[in-house]
Amino acid sequence: MSEALWALGRGTGVVALVLMTITVVLGILTRSGRPAFGMPRFAVTLVHRNSALIGTVFILIHIVSLLFDPYAQLNLIDYFVPFVGAYRPFWLGLGAVAFDLIIAIVVTSLLRRSIGQRAFRVVHWATYAMWPIALFHAIGTGTDASSGLFILLALACFSAVAGSVIWRLSTHFQLRGATRLDRRIDPSRIAPAPEVKEIQ
Amino acid sequence: MPGRTLHIDWTRCDARGSCIELLPELLRRDNWGYPLARTGSEFAVPAHLDDAAEDAVNLCPVLALRFTAPVRG
Amino acid sequence: MTMFDALTDEQETFVAPPVGVRRLLATGDPSLRTHLATFGPLPAVDGLGGVDGVTAALEEAGLAGRGGAAFPTWRKVASAAESGRAAIVVANGSEGEPMSAKDATLLHQSPHLVLDGLLLVAGVLRASEAHLVTTDGQLAPLQRAIAERADARGVRVRTTEDRFVSGEASAVANAIERGRAIPRDHVVRLSIAGIAGRPTLVLNVETLAHIAVIVRFGAAWFRSVGTADDPGTRLLTVAVDGTRRVVEAAGGTSLRRALEATGVAVESVRAVLVGGYHGAWATGEALDAPISAAGLAPFGAAPGAGILIVLSRGHCGVVRAAEIAHYLAGQSAGQCGPCANGLPEIAEVMGRLARRDRDASLPRQLRELGGLVIGRGACHHPDGTTRMVMSALEAFEHDVHAHARGLCQEVA
Repeated sequence: MSEALWALGRGTGVVALVLMTITVVLGILTRSGRPAFGMPRFAVTLVHRNSALIGTVFILIHIVSLLFDPYAQLNLIDYFVPFVGAYRPFWLGLGAVAFDLIIAIVVTSLLRRSIGQRAFRVVHWATYAMWPIALFHAIGTGTDASSGLFILLALACFSAVAGSVIWRLSTHFQLRGATRLDRRIDPSRIAPAPEVKEIQ
Repeated sequence: MPGRTLHIDWTRCDARGSCIELLPELLRRDNWGYPLARTGSEFAVPAHLDDAAEDAVNLCPVLALRFTAPVRG
Repeated sequence: MTMFDALTDEQETFVAPPVGVRRLLATGDPSLRTHLATFGPLPAVDGLGGVDGVTAALEEAGLAGRGGAAFPTWRKVASAAESGRAAIVVANGSEGEPMSAKDATLLHQSPHLVLDGLLLVAGVLRASEAHLVTTDGQLAPLQRAIAERADARGVRVRTTEDRFVSGEASAVANAIERGRAIPRDHVVRLSIAGIAGRPTLVLNVETLAHIAVIVRFGAAWFRSVGTADDPGTRLLTVAVDGTRRVVEAAGGTSLRRALEATGVAVESVRAVLVGGYHGAWATGEALDAPISAAGLAPFGAAPGAGILIVLSRGHCGVVRAAEIAHYLAGQSAGQCGPCANGLPEIAEVMGRLARRDRDASLPRQLRELGGLVIGRGACHHPDGTTRMVMSALEAFEHDVHAHARGLCQEVA
């Protein structure tokens, strides 16, 4: 039984990593305003949201299943407060940090309409911290880290996100024309107000 | 049920284009990628497109669309 | 009480209404003393029959907003009273139009009339806040005026940016609420839900000054000058060759007479841009039209904020319109995509037309671009800019054709 739980815990962790990777890549694609992988723009957004939610469910299963693991002997508190546990405090602590960030990101996303776009965006930026922390957690804690297959998967996830981020930062990211870049009015376009003299 | 009215908040709209894909009957892309309705910032949604309009509101990544009573001043 | 006391009371409280068309600018100096001597004291709010009494008087007077939109003032006041929530009243003296000087002139010459109007409207609405928004130049005279009277201590004066769109009502509300004088998106009228969701009544300073005289002397007196469809007086700014002159004119005064009153000979006029930079060009017989909504409507124009920009003979209307379009494109706050992208393109095509590029498709391009920006913004900046450009294509039709052939009739 504990073997099965352990396997479930590891398996769901790996699946969550893949789903969160997909989420991040699609999030960046959504931001670009382009259709992708044969999907229209709205579908990119939809898949981004759904993979995030399913990924979160997998993380919850990951957490609950490992709660009953007799070897690690985790407390509920270890999942929320990083670096205090007895078992591999650093690597598990990274998982706790990532989990806290995910809670914040998911909650603000679900409440986007009431908290406003700005607050949503600020918290959403935390994804760029959450994802690498989660990846380190996976590599560090996962006993699978030694297995070649997992290393390959982690590498693939890393390349996908790193590639997307580099593209995000490049000048090709914004579509020409339909852009926010154009919104900042070029000062050279502003003609000075005409000069006037007063005669009462 | 009479159709509802959608309002575009241009100060938020970022030409992401989701609404244009979801409501091709009502919106097309302008020269710069922004949604072009037949009537400026507010347009009527016929009842049979109400679900698509609802999706457009929910899937706008910048919350630039909303249903509104057709009053403006 | 002695007889002497009663007599002085009588003398102090009875002031005859101004005669003729010099009403808002009837005082010789901006002091409270002269103000009281000219107009008498402001009637007590309690004696006016509440919101209903005031809106009834304003409706009977037929006062329309003088900030540009010409919305019936009584209706705006009434809608602010509807919700039952404490209203915020804002006197708008931002005057974003660079060619307008009437609000500044009014605030310099008759600041107490504006304060009267503001305090009175705030009083009847039992408003929780009264603001006055203006630009730097008017701050000193206003502060002097406020220091002269105890009842105006609560008025919060703030200065706004000297930017074209800053005078727009939602930009003014935005400046008060968030310190940024740029228009914002709203789906319900500000008078119903504005600053912090509260009813926010933004009234032009000239409108408030008219309210201050209407509650003193009555609707019938207000209508005793002007025409039935444009009662009372209005302040006009006549801008000609880099100077601005402000004049108070009876409603329905023709463009021709208004120009003559400020010393402009109509024979020297090629065209008049009526209503400011968002306005429409009047030429030929349109110059005899009355400056009223009904009188200017056949020519696609409106009084707006009472700005008349004169294009003298020997100047090319296409070139002038292109310069204005260029200026207006630069004045976009850049918030709304169609405006931020479309206005610079309109200005560029207009510039090519002005430079006499031999391209017959330029007017068509302008019409198409205009169609793409109209009605697609948080404020009316794209609409007004398009109106001015489209009107130029019509009013200067011959020049437009000449320019497309590389010629200009007006300028040799």
